[in-house]
Amino acid sequence: MAEFQVFNRTTGDHFICQEGQSVLKAMEQLGMKCVPVGCRGGGCGFCKIRVLEGDFECGKMSKVHAPPEAVEKGEVLACRIYPLTDLTIECVLLPEAALAKQTTTKALR
Amino acid sequence: MKKGVMRPGHVQIRVLDMGEAVKHYTDLLGLIETDRDDQGRVYLKAWSEVDKFSVVLREADEPGCDFMGFKVVDEAALNQLEKDLVDYGVEVEQVPAEELKDCGRRVRFTVPSGHAFELYADKKYTGKWGVSSVNPEAWPRGLQGMKAVRFDHCLFYGPELAAVYDIFVNVLGFYLAEQVLDPEGTRVAQFLTVSMKEHDVAFIHHEEKGKFHHASFFLDTWEAVLRSADLISMTDTSIDIGPTRHGLTHGQTIYFFDPSGNRNEVFCGGDYHYPDHKPITWKAEDLGKAIFYHDRVLNERFLTVLT
Repeated sequence: MAEFQVFNRTTGDHFICQEGQSVLKAMEQLGMKCVPVGCRGGGCGFCKIRVLEGDFECGKMSKVHAPPEAVEKGEVLACRIYPLTDLTIECVLLPEAALAKQTTTKALR
Repeated sequence: MKKGVMRPGHVQIRVLDMGEAVKHYTDLLGLIETDRDDQGRVYLKAWSEVDKFSVVLREADEPGCDFMGFKVVDEAALNQLEKDLVDYGVEVEQVPAEELKDCGRRVRFTVPSGHAFELYADKKYTGKWGVSSVNPEAWPRGLQGMKAVRFDHCLFYGPELAAVYDIFVNVLGFYLAEQVLDPEGTRVAQFLTVSMKEHDVAFIHHEEKGKFHHASFFLDTWEAVLRSADLISMTDTSIDIGPTRHGLTHGQTIYFFDPSGNRNEVFCGGDYHYPDHKPITWKAEDLGKAIFYHDRVLNERFLTVLT
């Protein structure tokens, strides 16, 4: 089975993604946290990334978080893309920014 | 004061892929498919429910919740509640009988948080699944997965909680069972009941309108919650958090996601409510403990991951 290298330019992290595996799943299996993890089902938009280089296949994603015009520009959800080549990605939502929300109740107001 | 709204009756959930969704809600949650319609919607129920369906799945390109429906005691109550809503200034929409198969007319309205609700009085009575109504056995054989007992409640995220409270409490006759207040005394979460359950519907403040946090299904025991956690691992289903206990309601819980990213809960236990009970208050500064009683820290997903 083919393996592909994913490089996250936002955080400088590299990880291996197996053929047929989603980028987010590969990252989570390695215990890495360089892309925010949400529903893992293409629904919430939390793991949105921009693919800068490389080819991939897409599963079904919420049109709200991944409208066709954004997908054309490589803005996709990491839980729903399956690499066909090595990929260079960057985060749309910063993982640090996502973590900061955890420590405050401001999001409630 | 109760005005004839009886209980949660149904929820219509949007899914990205119907095949994957039906497998999730039947094989894993243990709901039973009862029908499909010419729009492609799939109707499901939990075994202990007496009406034909409680969950309707609709394939769409954006997941989330279309509406939640409450069953009212009879047509007279439905007429009165409809009049009360209109008098209060709520715009109501008539949904004709049979728009959902084997369901009577529905009165639909959208509350200021952006969520659509429905009231209806009639739905085909099919009885509990797999057990007789005469000398019934304890439970039916042949249930799948988590063997969910009933669709229990939904939690929604949106703004204008005070206006939503007015409609549910003053017009529809719900009671405030539990609340979260911020240091200024503003209610940022409200758990509302129309029964002895600690909540039949709940809202948490969020700037964006109309967001769906979860649909919840009741289980009998903590053992069943742990067994559900096992099944979530066995099926490599996306988990959110748990098994744990909530501070709010004190229910024992596990959260996970359907294949389209809609959050589900299965839970057991929890407090009870009578109309003479005063609301329980949790402080927003202790929100971690209020939501996750053991960890006492919110996971980031609870506040931000929604459909």
